[in-house]
Amino acid sequence: MTAAVVEEGTLATVRRGVKLSPELRPGLAGTIALAFVSMAGRVAVPIAVQQGIDRGIRAPGGPHLGVVLTIVLITLGLLAVSTTCGYLMTRRLFTVSETALASLRSRTFRHIHDLSMLHQQSERRGSLVSRVTGDVDQITQFLQTGGVQLLLTGGQVAVTTIVMLVYSWQLTLVVFVCFVPAAIVIRLFQKRLAAVYRVVRERTGIMLGAVAESVVGAAVIRAYGVRSRTEKRLDDAIDNLRVSQQRALRTSVTSFSTGEIAAGLALAAVVVVGVLLGVDGGLTVGKLTAFLFLVTLFIQPVQIATEVLNEAQNAVAGWRRVLDVLDIQPDVADPGTEGAALPPGPLSVRFADVSYRYPGGPIVLADVDLEIPARTKVAVVGETGSGKTTFAKLLTRLMDPAGGTVLLGDTPLTSVRFDSLRSRVVMVPQDGFLFDATVAENIRFAAPGLTDDQLTDAFAELGLGDWLAGLPQGLETPVGERGEALSVGERQLVALVRAYVADPDLLVLDEATSAVDPATEVRLQRALDTVTRGRTTVAIAHRLSTAQAADEVIVVDAGRVVQRGPHAVLVQEEGSIYAKLYASWLEQTR
Amino acid sequence: MLGRGLRVLGRAIRTEPRLFTVGVVGSSLFGLLIIANSYVVGAVTGHVVVPAFTEHRAGVRELLLIAAAFVGISVLRVISIFGRRLGAGYMQFRLQARYRRAVTRRYLSLPPAWHARHATGTLLSNANSDVEAAFVPIAPLPFAVGTVVMILAAVISLFFTDWVLALVGVVLFPALFLMNLVYSRRMSPRQIRAQRLRAKVSAVAHESFDGALVVKTMGREADESRRFRVHVTELRDALISVGRLRGLFDPLMDALPSIGTLAVLLLGAWRLQSGAITVADLVSVAFLFTVLAFPVRAIGWVVAELPRSVAGWERVQAVLGAEGDLAYGATTDPGTGPATLRFDQVSFAYGQGAEVLHDISFTVPAGRTVALVGATGSGKSTIASLAVRLVDPDSGTVTADGRPLPELAPGALAATSALVPQVPFIFDDTVRGNITLDRESVDDEAAWAALRLAQADGFVAKLPEALDTAVGERGTSLSGGQRQRLTLARALAGRPRLLVLDDATSAVDPRVEAAILGALRGHDAGASILVVAYRRATIALADEVVFLRDGRIAAVGPHTELMATVPGYRDLVTAYEQAENEEETVQA
Repeated sequence: MTAAVVEEGTLATVRRGVKLSPELRPGLAGTIALAFVSMAGRVAVPIAVQQGIDRGIRAPGGPHLGVVLTIVLITLGLLAVSTTCGYLMTRRLFTVSETALASLRSRTFRHIHDLSMLHQQSERRGSLVSRVTGDVDQITQFLQTGGVQLLLTGGQVAVTTIVMLVYSWQLTLVVFVCFVPAAIVIRLFQKRLAAVYRVVRERTGIMLGAVAESVVGAAVIRAYGVRSRTEKRLDDAIDNLRVSQQRALRTSVTSFSTGEIAAGLALAAVVVVGVLLGVDGGLTVGKLTAFLFLVTLFIQPVQIATEVLNEAQNAVAGWRRVLDVLDIQPDVADPGTEGAALPPGPLSVRFADVSYRYPGGPIVLADVDLEIPARTKVAVVGETGSGKTTFAKLLTRLMDPAGGTVLLGDTPLTSVRFDSLRSRVVMVPQDGFLFDATVAENIRFAAPGLTDDQLTDAFAELGLGDWLAGLPQGLETPVGERGEALSVGERQLVALVRAYVADPDLLVLDEATSAVDPATEVRLQRALDTVTRGRTTVAIAHRLSTAQAADEVIVVDAGRVVQRGPHAVLVQEEGSIYAKLYASWLEQTR
Repeated sequence: MLGRGLRVLGRAIRTEPRLFTVGVVGSSLFGLLIIANSYVVGAVTGHVVVPAFTEHRAGVRELLLIAAAFVGISVLRVISIFGRRLGAGYMQFRLQARYRRAVTRRYLSLPPAWHARHATGTLLSNANSDVEAAFVPIAPLPFAVGTVVMILAAVISLFFTDWVLALVGVVLFPALFLMNLVYSRRMSPRQIRAQRLRAKVSAVAHESFDGALVVKTMGREADESRRFRVHVTELRDALISVGRLRGLFDPLMDALPSIGTLAVLLLGAWRLQSGAITVADLVSVAFLFTVLAFPVRAIGWVVAELPRSVAGWERVQAVLGAEGDLAYGATTDPGTGPATLRFDQVSFAYGQGAEVLHDISFTVPAGRTVALVGATGSGKSTIASLAVRLVDPDSGTVTADGRPLPELAPGALAATSALVPQVPFIFDDTVRGNITLDRESVDDEAAWAALRLAQADGFVAKLPEALDTAVGERGTSLSGGQRQRLTLARALAGRPRLLVLDDATSAVDPRVEAAILGALRGHDAGASILVVAYRRATIALADEVVFLRDGRIAAVGPHTELMATVPGYRDLVTAYEQAENEEETVQA
């Protein structure tokens, strides 16, 4: 959200949030009713003190123990009821809110996966994670502590006011006169508090970023001997956070003190005015004493409310962030059940006047108009930044073109159901991400039902049986976080097998073997030729060995397709981009 | 657990004794003022209110005195609150900052091998949430200590008032304390479990979003959501169990002081009847019980947080006490001119795993270029790490100009060698920051010179703010090839005497790569070069080739010689040609 956008109000966010979590609604009235009964127990005690003093202790003819006992027993009964209600209320509240928020977590998680690649990349990984963790936790905190406290304190203020009014409207007025200015001052502090807490949040983010860099970049920091620079960055981030936390605390305590001063003033004023009223016989000792108790009951919630409001604002900000993510419509959306399924069998590809630009950026691919017949093997080549990876992303619908249409088997990609698309079209990206699991589990990610034997066979079919056999625990070898226990080339091998077992009709390889040695690559290429025979393969490559082996080569330069045809033909076109690329390749490899 | 928790608190107090004292003094004052306030309320009732109501007269002087007393207590209380909360808060924040610094210092000095053994997520939470958890009880600690002072004072003052009413306190306070204790004991395992599940949910989300592209291209969103939901549901159940316990204890905790007040009312009426106390005493004590309930809970907060605190503290200590630092030597003179790198009978294994390098011996003579060639997984990257001392060999030595690398001081080591890794790492900084890394020797001119050598000056010049362009987290705004060239420029900018390139141009187009290597060769031979390579052009530029097979040196010699005498080498390097030839044979 940019700074220019006016943040929506707290209530609006809460309303929007409740609408998106309908689980919060049922039984809400019951929970509120329970909350009020439980709170009423607190007011019972001052009333008991008043009744006890006026009717029992100061009863005409000396203290009357029987009356006091009756009053105490009745109050105990009320306390038992209110305590039970308090228990039931908290129980309900936790069950309902946790259930609702668990479902919100799951939905947000799914929604983030449904967002387009571009959206996912525009956010820091860490902040996406906090959408389903910390932000949701804050909402819970708000609903369970803040929300209830606000509700209870609101109720307590209301009930206390009513009881006070019954005892004496004059003294009630005195209390209000003392608290209204305080309330205004506290309200002003709220704004400052919101600002200082925002700084705390920002600096927490910066601190986390600095720590992350010192962990993820540990090797680079060591290799370049730039420890002191990193230390300085960390120290600054850590200290800036501490300073902002201290400032927030000072503001918070100052705000809290305003309530404290108001309480002192109210207590003093109630006694003075109360005595003056009592002199004329307008008040009893019991009522005045009860009033002193009631003032405390009136202050407490106001104090708590100021504290809770701070937390509430943090929580609401968290809620807003979650809702904002849910509000983003996936711009590369699954047409769902209304969509079409891809026709059975090998798939042909057609780009009809396709162009692409990143939002707000220059055109990276223009006027691409071509057809790839089913069962052919095509290589897309070009220099870094020529647009060849964009071609792959459009083909697999990781992005939608800015103009024109991509068709698979004559069906426009945008109308193909995702379950059909993803099961028939598989891409192997350059960075073959592996999950922190065993080799076998990573392969089964694409085809869950496969047995160990089938997995071993898959490696063998791709000519990787030797490599697999060389692993310390074979299929059960753990690959580490992001696959980092394997070398980069080895990760690519596993990613390739994973794509192979997915059994696609259109296989898209985006420099999928860039970190593999030439002999292995050639071996892989041959194996792939065999196993992908009869399917359509599009390989983005900067090693021209791939282009040589392809049925057809598509040459991309500066966002346009400049040459097409078999390697043997293209290489003859003197002075062409491809001829130059090939000459350079020969230079590199001979 | 209580003992260990108290030790953590003791350590914290010894670290920040002054702030702790401020907090405790403030908090004790706060507690005493609560008692004082109750007695003022009682005295006012007994000595002013009752006479005024019965005799129908009130003195102005008395009333003003009362007002002054209440306002005065209130002002003192504000001061005590400032002392209590600022003392505690500053103490907590300072301790957190101190230990965050200490933990991150350890991260920077522990070797990559240690980092490899620990998950990134764990290290992040050690520096963040574990440090935070360790000092959470610090916030209510002065309050709790002040409360103990207050309770003692309250019981004493109660005995001075009336022994029967004092008995109510003697029963009530321990009951409150005990209940808090029981609560904390039963709550903490649930909290810890919830915390663990929370970490798990976070880890699953992190990994899943990290692999978002794979999830998307394989169409596994639904399955990932299912995997996530399992953990979310488990967390939900754990949190509900926390809530049930809280639902049981919170209302009871509220009810106890109320019961105390009622007991005072009943017993007070009886004592009043027998003339042992006055109305003022009764009101004071009743008032005291209503306001005491809240501070007593502070003790519960401290006790409740102790298990989490201890868990956090122990994880933090594990980092602080971690061993295995690479010891650096005292030699600060990095020398001048190209360095001679020598591996002498080097063997290496990752942790307790199988040995991946066996008996490796070779030399990169000063000013020369040596290529490391071998199949995927043959140990090339490990040799590159050893060459710049990211790791130390299990046996054998690595020397620069005849001096073992462990003898060099950190600065001298960095000035001697630079590694350009296979996977480029970009800092969340500007292009300039990424190249200079704030090294004094690298000015803008040197940065541009390095960018030119790395063939990166062209694209950097075209960036919206050239050197000042921010490249984002992990450099996501750049392409793979651009990232590689940027890290290459970073290495070159330091003018290292030994440059180690670990397949550092794999994402760069052949033509660009040829230009880079040409420039490096012509770069007045300021550095010796050890290069991991597949491309023949790269290899051909090397004066000598070290051919690796399964972690052993299979052959050493000039490229042409190895081509002629080592069939395995020839097969690997000419794989493309052979494939092409075979294809032509088939077609013919």
